[in-house]
Amino acid sequence: MGILFEGDNFALFRDGFLQTIELSAVSALLALLLGTVLAAFRVSPVPALRVFGTVWVNTFRNTPLTLLFFAVVFGLPRLDVHFDNFTLAVIALSAYTGSFVCEVLRAGINTVPFGQAEAARSLGMSFGQTLLHVVLPQAARTVLPPMSSIFIALPRNSAIAGAFSVAELYSVQATLSDKGYDILAIFFWVALAYLLVSFTVGGVFRFLESRLAVVR
Amino acid sequence: MTETAVTDAAAATAPLVVLSGVNKHFGALHVLQDVDLSIRQGEVVVLIGPSGSGKSTLCRTINRLETIDSGTITIDGRPLPEEGRELARLRAEVGMVFQSFNLFAHKTVLENVVLAQVKVRGIARAQAEATARELLERVGVGAQADKYPAQLSGGQQQRVAIARALAMRPKVMLFDEPTSALDPEMVTEVLEVMRQLAAEGMTMVVVTHEMGFARSAADRVLFMADGRIVEENTPDAFFTAPRTDRAKDFLSKILSH
Repeated sequence: MGILFEGDNFALFRDGFLQTIELSAVSALLALLLGTVLAAFRVSPVPALRVFGTVWVNTFRNTPLTLLFFAVVFGLPRLDVHFDNFTLAVIALSAYTGSFVCEVLRAGINTVPFGQAEAARSLGMSFGQTLLHVVLPQAARTVLPPMSSIFIALPRNSAIAGAFSVAELYSVQATLSDKGYDILAIFFWVALAYLLVSFTVGGVFRFLESRLAVVR
Repeated sequence: MTETAVTDAAAATAPLVVLSGVNKHFGALHVLQDVDLSIRQGEVVVLIGPSGSGKSTLCRTINRLETIDSGTITIDGRPLPEEGRELARLRAEVGMVFQSFNLFAHKTVLENVVLAQVKVRGIARAQAEATARELLERVGVGAQADKYPAQLSGGQQQRVAIARALAMRPKVMLFDEPTSALDPEMVTEVLEVMRQLAAEGMTMVVVTHEMGFARSAADRVLFMADGRIVEENTPDAFFTAPRTDRAKDFLSKILSH
């Protein structure tokens, strides 16, 4: 188990860990924004927006993530869209995760009693204001548990980026394997690092749940 | 001088809310059938009738929470616009109080009354809060300003809902069975606020089963059945001498116990 502290292994491992965190954090933020916009589309009174939201969700939720990485990494350059590998990984991860965020938020929106939106509209609030100030804040509280599952899955899903030339935590495993270290020892440290991230995300959500509980 | 006098006189006589030839269907059910109604400034109109008669639907069409299939509705001379910015602006001028209160559950009582003032009217926060506190005081729940709706009794919640609607300085207030979800001992406190509002000259449309309120506070009682306004009269005339059989039957059922 001491392999981590041999040579410059620790620096390699640390850089991979930080890259995983950066990739996950940026993707999580984008997925949250994207998912919120998509959810707003899916409950909007404008049919074209509803269709867009539905098509997006069904496309990205039903595509295997690895396939999506292939499509983004090899497809976008063919359309003459060029980004570095990190950005491409962010695009794939947030497009995918955003569709799950959308559906969880939509479930949350549906738990908010219809009268809440009706009261907001009767006071002259627009669709956007009603959603932003009345419906989403209440929906957010009920969706915290499923949302935490999504954001615990995200860092683990980000491991696929390692296969597409992003030097993140999982790719460290490949590098160390090539150096001939014991595979079990490598996996032990990699797994421990992912566990640390997952526990932290879960803890943050439990904290939010206790702080934002709403009585009805 | 003469000109203003003329316009004032016109404003006093021109009806504030006019429904003409309003029809609405829920699937096969014809809930509103050729409804004509005009409500003057300052008038208190009480809608009564058996459940399913369309009185709540009628009330909700006035701020277009329910759309209509045909006919026209005008408020202060302007026809109700399509869903969008224009309609939102108009809704701000039409206060609404719901059977189930519908206070924003995640906001304090004060915030409930402040929110739309700031977001819809663009009123500065400090001023909106001052207005909110004054209105909460007026409906007798000033001490509850920092509590959440779930911590209040039903009667208190409904009075907050009235304050929230009043904060927009509406031209007309719609009450959709405001006391139907309340425990009996809390009905009076809500009706008292409404009675006070009526006495101050607010134009009101009230859907209710409270015949005592209809009798004492209404300028006009409309009796609805099967999607039509079957009878309309002053409360005295209506309750002492109903003209139609439907109204007689309805009154005998609710007044006998």
